[in-house]
Amino acid sequence: MKTCLIVDDSKVIRMVARKILQELEFETIEAADGKIALEACQSKMPEAVLLDWNMPVMSGIEFLREMRALPGGDAPVVVFCTTENDIEHIQEAIEAGANEYIMKPFDSEIIQVKFAQVGLL
Amino acid sequence: MKPEDFDFISKLINEQSGLVLTRDKAYLLESRLMPVARKRGLNGLEDLIAGMRARVDKELTQEVMEAMTTNESFFFRDIKPFEIFRENILPHLLQSRADKKSFRIWCAAASSGQEPYSLAIILNEEASKLAGWRTEIVGTDISVDILNKAKAGLYSQFEVQRGLPIQLLLKYFTKQGDMWQANSKIASMVQYKEYNLLDSLLPLGKFDVVFCRNVLIYFDQKNKTKVLEGISTLLPDDGVLFMGGAETVLGISDKFKPVSGQRGVYSLTRNG
Repeated sequence: MKTCLIVDDSKVIRMVARKILQELEFETIEAADGKIALEACQSKMPEAVLLDWNMPVMSGIEFLREMRALPGGDAPVVVFCTTENDIEHIQEAIEAGANEYIMKPFDSEIIQVKFAQVGLL
Repeated sequence: MKPEDFDFISKLINEQSGLVLTRDKAYLLESRLMPVARKRGLNGLEDLIAGMRARVDKELTQEVMEAMTTNESFFFRDIKPFEIFRENILPHLLQSRADKKSFRIWCAAASSGQEPYSLAIILNEEASKLAGWRTEIVGTDISVDILNKAKAGLYSQFEVQRGLPIQLLLKYFTKQGDMWQANSKIASMVQYKEYNLLDSLLPLGKFDVVFCRNVLIYFDQKNKTKVLEGISTLLPDDGVLFMGGAETVLGISDKFKPVSGQRGVYSLTRNG
């Protein structure tokens, strides 16, 4: 079973994402900001990360840059999941090493299709 | 809805579009036709059906057809058929059509354009191999409204996320407010035409590849056979037909046979 780290400061979003990902047979772990997520990655790299952009303490993009620099940090497939829907943000995310990008709001179908596209399903 | 009303409307829809509606689909009829009734200021489905029975308003019948035959679509729907097209079919076309340097693709139920634009994206991504080639993608649908949407190439954020990888979204679409617009690179590659699959297909001309995915499932046996036989006359001996993963030609037409290892792809039986 693959592990997906869900990083979002909203408890509700984490819960929705958890339910969708568990139905897709992922084991899920959660983090409420980038710093907690980074600590989780330092302990064990997940196969996938579903990543919000705007969070307190450490943003999604800061987390992504730091995670990619860690040993083994190039391995996780990172899918941004954010309300930031302008081209500049999307390009910045891709340049920082994001594999896919979901613009909120999302539904289970979008997550499923995006995860399939990046080879997670 | 009264059973006689359901029977009247399902018969009319079947005659005009081939779509089969069984009684367990009454909810579908109601949910799709209520907006048509509301748009026309009618009191409900009974008034709408009365109007259709009178057969004085052809536009009303057309609107009902459109409401019933419009289906949601995805970019690169099911992924695999598009991989097969890129990895197997396209290399074959490039090799076998090297002399005339042209081929034509038909999307038989183009709906709001996601399938033809997905194919246009693949051809663009392979542009270096297609330099000097003339490629044509024709998208047809029975619904004028949905074809207008396809021609406009304007999609909501929700729609572009259904199947379109983010890199391809950035490359082939521009953002316009909350919507995303297909750019000229792909828009210029697709021609759209209103077409009823139950009419003679010959005026469409010959095609090398036909996508007729998740369309025939709505047709009865007789019309499925009619459409498949019609498609077979448009294809050259090495032409291919893509159907939906859950669809089959078994027991419907002996003109096609499944291509081994390529789910949903069919070749002509006359090709051996």
